[in-house]
Amino acid sequence: MREVAIIGVGMNEWGELWEKPLREIFVEAALLAIDDAGVKRIDSMYVGSMSSGLFVGQEHIASLLADYLGMTPIPSARVESACASGGLALRQGFIDVASGMSEIVLVGGVEKMTDVGGGEATFALGTAADQEYECYHGVTFPGLYALIAKAHMHQYGTTREQMAMVAVKNHRNGSKNPAAQYPFEITVDDVLKSTLVADPLRLLDCSPITDGAAAAVLCPVELAKKLKKDPIVKIIGSGHATDFTALHSKEDITWPAATAKAAERAYKMSEKKPGDIDFVEVHDCFTIAEICVTEALGLFEKGQGGKAVEKGLTSLEGKIPVNTSGGLKSKGHPVGATGIAQVIEVVKQFREEAGERQVKDAKIGMTQNMGGTGGSCLVHIFEKE
Amino acid sequence: MLTPQRYWREIPHRYRLEAGRCKKCGYVAFPPRLVCPRCKNREFESVKLKDEGEIVSYTIIRVPPEQFTDQAPYVIGIIELDSEVKILAQIVDCDFDDLAIGKKAKIELRKIRTEGESGIICYGYKGILLE
Repeated sequence: MREVAIIGVGMNEWGELWEKPLREIFVEAALLAIDDAGVKRIDSMYVGSMSSGLFVGQEHIASLLADYLGMTPIPSARVESACASGGLALRQGFIDVASGMSEIVLVGGVEKMTDVGGGEATFALGTAADQEYECYHGVTFPGLYALIAKAHMHQYGTTREQMAMVAVKNHRNGSKNPAAQYPFEITVDDVLKSTLVADPLRLLDCSPITDGAAAAVLCPVELAKKLKKDPIVKIIGSGHATDFTALHSKEDITWPAATAKAAERAYKMSEKKPGDIDFVEVHDCFTIAEICVTEALGLFEKGQGGKAVEKGLTSLEGKIPVNTSGGLKSKGHPVGATGIAQVIEVVKQFREEAGERQVKDAKIGMTQNMGGTGGSCLVHIFEKE
Repeated sequence: MLTPQRYWREIPHRYRLEAGRCKKCGYVAFPPRLVCPRCKNREFESVKLKDEGEIVSYTIIRVPPEQFTDQAPYVIGIIELDSEVKILAQIVDCDFDDLAIGKKAKIELRKIRTEGESGIICYGYKGILLE
């Protein structure tokens, strides 16, 4: 296997982009990444999108996006793994370069979510759950994560305030990120007084609906060195795992087993352990999700994720900064783009371009991107050289 | 919109809680599966789930999907039946304040929702709080 580097990243404005269609949102991010890499050509591309079909009625975007990027006839593939689609695109690109099949690969993600109303968006997002045995009964995604939250509180004594602190921390980080959809601070009180969505989760526990795209360019480390890239951002670990799709089928609904497995695989490939990681971007689609996955990544003991947030261990100045970008909560969550946007934060930290949210001496970063209630997960580990 | 054929084929599981028990390791699959997720065996015997269980977790849905607008707020719970299989269902006929993890619920066939003006009337299992 060849060593793989990230030589360019691109992300344009995120938010409610009424004036822009899906193809334009993606092409803008892709061009930024290609220009940042300084390459003239790409050999293949992988794009993560959860549900372009339900959000804008458009499938076959592998072809559409290569077409509008002016890159036909290169091979192009759209990959889908619900909210982990972006992370999956990264992994497919990594495999493509590592195997020697392609030299320069574009990986990206895109979601155009605001062309439909709230009801249709809820339905589209719900398709990541089991249609016949979850959605049929009237559960929503916030509802599924609320079930996890309630059980975590019951099993480990996690408090309502600790969950609120996740949102507060991520908004504090996001307020230092000009690319964030909601770049402002909130308080614990704001979270606890926001509208109840599914007890115990409130509106400010939930990541928003976002239009947006993100892209990155991968190539062999050898080529990155020839191109005199500095620093060299290496992908040193890639882990991918699956678990039961329906939440109720899991033995312990508070334990994201696919995240634990994907992390184990990424740690093994990179020969790193949780203590080696300087900062991590995780999938905080809901505040409780960040608590559960930081445990599954081995950063904290099982059941201790809530207390870790309360002690400030995951803040910018903490032992292991989590979601320095603002996370899905503050930065936004255009579902298919999220997994790639996480990688962009890693690159920004390594290049020391993170401004006020810069983690000092950041050398090893990690991303965790998951689909549904944890039915799929991708974990990647990166090293700065 | 739920089509008749899609609704009809799930009736044995939704109306009668028909499940499959792995002949090798005893894993109970609901709905029935072709492969046991625990031991990979492919032979199952048909069993009916017990109609009583314990609440593992619950939530109150305040912002519902469009087809459930007229029912909100309502309770969704995960109920463990016979200590071996969990299902997700609404929990009805109760005050929200009486709900707690560990309490018992009985499973009954109830109406879930109706599909528009001339669509299917959808039935299925719901939990009834017992204590």
